[in-house]
Amino acid sequence: MFYREAGDFKTSYASDSQTFPIRFDRWRYYAILAVAFGVVPFFINDYWANAVFVPFLIYAIAAIGLNILTGYCGQVSLGTGGFMAVGAYAVYKLMTAFPDVPILIHVLLAGGITAAVGVLFGLPSLRIKGFYLAVATLAAQFFLVWLFNKVPWFYNHSASGQISAPERAMFGVPVTGATATAPVKYLFCLAILFALAWLARNLTRGTLGRKWMAIRDMDIAAEIIGVNPLTTKLSAFAISSFYIGVAGALFFSVYLGAVEVGEAFGIQKSFLILFMIIIGGLGSIFGSFAGAAFLVLLPVLLKNLLVGQLGWATDLAAHVELMIVGALIVIFLIAEPHGLAQLWRLAKEKLRLWPFPH
Amino acid sequence: MKKTLTALALAIATATPALAELVVPNMSYRTGPYAPGGIPYADGFNDYFTLLNERDGGIGGEKVVTPECETAYNTEKGVECYEATKGGGALVYNPLSTGITYQLIPKVSADKIPLYTPGYGRTSAANGKVFEWVFNYPANYWDGASVAIKYLLEENGGDLNGKKIALVYHNSAYGKEPIRTLTELSKKHGFTLVEVPVDHPGQEQKSQWLQIRRDKPDYVLMWGWGVMNAVAIQEAANIKFPMENFIGIWWSGSENDVLPAGDGANGYKSLAMHGTGMDYPVYDELKKFVYDAGKSSGVGDQVGSVLYSRGMYAALVISEAIRKAQELAGTPQITAAQLRDGFEALEITEARMAELGLPDFGQPFAASCADHGGPGAALLQQWDATAKKWSLITGFIAPDDEVLDPLIAEDSAAYAAENKITERCN
Repeated sequence: MFYREAGDFKTSYASDSQTFPIRFDRWRYYAILAVAFGVVPFFINDYWANAVFVPFLIYAIAAIGLNILTGYCGQVSLGTGGFMAVGAYAVYKLMTAFPDVPILIHVLLAGGITAAVGVLFGLPSLRIKGFYLAVATLAAQFFLVWLFNKVPWFYNHSASGQISAPERAMFGVPVTGATATAPVKYLFCLAILFALAWLARNLTRGTLGRKWMAIRDMDIAAEIIGVNPLTTKLSAFAISSFYIGVAGALFFSVYLGAVEVGEAFGIQKSFLILFMIIIGGLGSIFGSFAGAAFLVLLPVLLKNLLVGQLGWATDLAAHVELMIVGALIVIFLIAEPHGLAQLWRLAKEKLRLWPFPH
Repeated sequence: MKKTLTALALAIATATPALAELVVPNMSYRTGPYAPGGIPYADGFNDYFTLLNERDGGIGGEKVVTPECETAYNTEKGVECYEATKGGGALVYNPLSTGITYQLIPKVSADKIPLYTPGYGRTSAANGKVFEWVFNYPANYWDGASVAIKYLLEENGGDLNGKKIALVYHNSAYGKEPIRTLTELSKKHGFTLVEVPVDHPGQEQKSQWLQIRRDKPDYVLMWGWGVMNAVAIQEAANIKFPMENFIGIWWSGSENDVLPAGDGANGYKSLAMHGTGMDYPVYDELKKFVYDAGKSSGVGDQVGSVLYSRGMYAALVISEAIRKAQELAGTPQITAAQLRDGFEALEITEARMAELGLPDFGQPFAASCADHGGPGAALLQQWDATAKKWSLITGFIAPDDEVLDPLIAEDSAAYAAENKITERCN
């Protein structure tokens, strides 16, 4: 009823293999894009940008990045926080060394540097798998945080070891620093997320993505049919780290503005992003968005509901919020182990047949 | 038509009474590993403003509201709290977190809201020429580091040559702040500084204290916070480190830090920016108007503790700055910018402290356009485990400004250059 395929004929291979083959889905996607780019920037204020949208967009980039590695290529990584830190510190060094270069270039370069670091730490994945690889990436997490704490060059020898984002612009409009306005921050992150999500979606539909999935499903079989594990695994590490590095760069420069490596990029960040993709759905771009939304927006929503509307004490609300989020994670994972993306898929199937199921 | 509009305007005006009040957001943390420090501070902060509201009807006839926002000492939640409260006419922020302070400094400067960080935050904000919107009197970390070393100098007859001093610190912006000062001081006085970082949250410190047992430093200084303090004191007791040679900063000197170690903590020393305990007249008034009236903040079990006193002290300074700003502006309904002028013109004398019911509690200080840092003197207190009580063992010790002033000038100049700020007050 809602998802009618009747009359939606495809007359070419291109239209048959497009991302959203159902017309309704396609229009919904265009509508969301139109609202996100054309409507929200006119209504967004500081609170909605800094507390809701910007963190959500940035976590979504990081979640897509980790989903490429873990969800599509099957390599479990606990080093996400460390790789985000590489992106943040790279962008900081670039911003302070070359103040006149547009910030977008710095962000992309920071992603590139993180990709190189990611490949380096991805090398063990050629020999070890599963839990053992997770432990190897955990070492990356602790090593990188220790490194950025230890070597003063990374934080330009500041007294406290904090890095602070100075004001940097893009086409003369400040994007980082305190004078950047809410719509600018939002549009900057949204544009990067859109480009990266579009790229990820198409990569996973092409040769590279199929190679990743072949390795994930059974690496020996993949090797026999001609998938080179070296290039496949390392490309997954490189591209995933690029995404995570861009997310880390934005997290520091656009969102927080000042960062302390242990607190902002500690092990809990690695787990948070891993939980995002597990709850959202492994191997799904939509799942990355859903997981990021679930873990970023729900706590803010609950806080505003419990403290703002119901007037609860802040500590009680904070404890109850943890309990509610925890309980919802358990419930969702019991109800659907494949995540929110699978729930969405099932709902669509049901809606296609409604009201006349078999 | 006109009538309806007036009625509508009236309805809106009465619906949001918060606009007519003085809004002082309380960014607190009552959850997480830093809650042992956050709870008493937030309670003291709220209770003092409740006292002013109940006894005097607010400040200058305007009630003070302190909307609370839970940050859990987390910078992301801190951003959320700042953005959520700044629209409601917030006059001043006091986040009680060095990390959040670093984040807010550029934001408050752009939004023109003062930031008050007594005894924490960015030390070089003491330079009002660069940091127009930030105030950190009466004392900061570098003052604390210098006072601790000065005390040790006194203990050792003015000579620390060849001594070994270890710094156990929270591996974050907060804990790293004193390193620069201590390095300078070690050059000046000839002692060796051993840095021993402890990672967040600091529940596991076996290897650090093993290192201390091996290195055998003469003294240990500590920059710890939250659960890290109690663990460090317990570990020091376990390796039988002489407690009288163990000195914490004022954030490592509350009852919650020493009580878990029991008798082992006896003799532990810490710095203090103010007196403590309940022997002050202000507590009679607090009891009458707040505690007995059932209006205490939180559970009400933290009254009179060190950090409760500190929260109260912060609230007192803010309230005095509001009073000063009202006087300068000639109106009780001040704006954040007017409050900044009040902070800058603030002078707190001993006579005024006695009048407020806290005689011999804190040091007198006067701010100016260039000086946002105050005199920076501190006391030393020692824990008596049998009486379960802190007792002051020195008077106010002044820091070594000869070492600190060039460091502050250097660090604030770096900030000014990074953010293209021209010096004021010249």
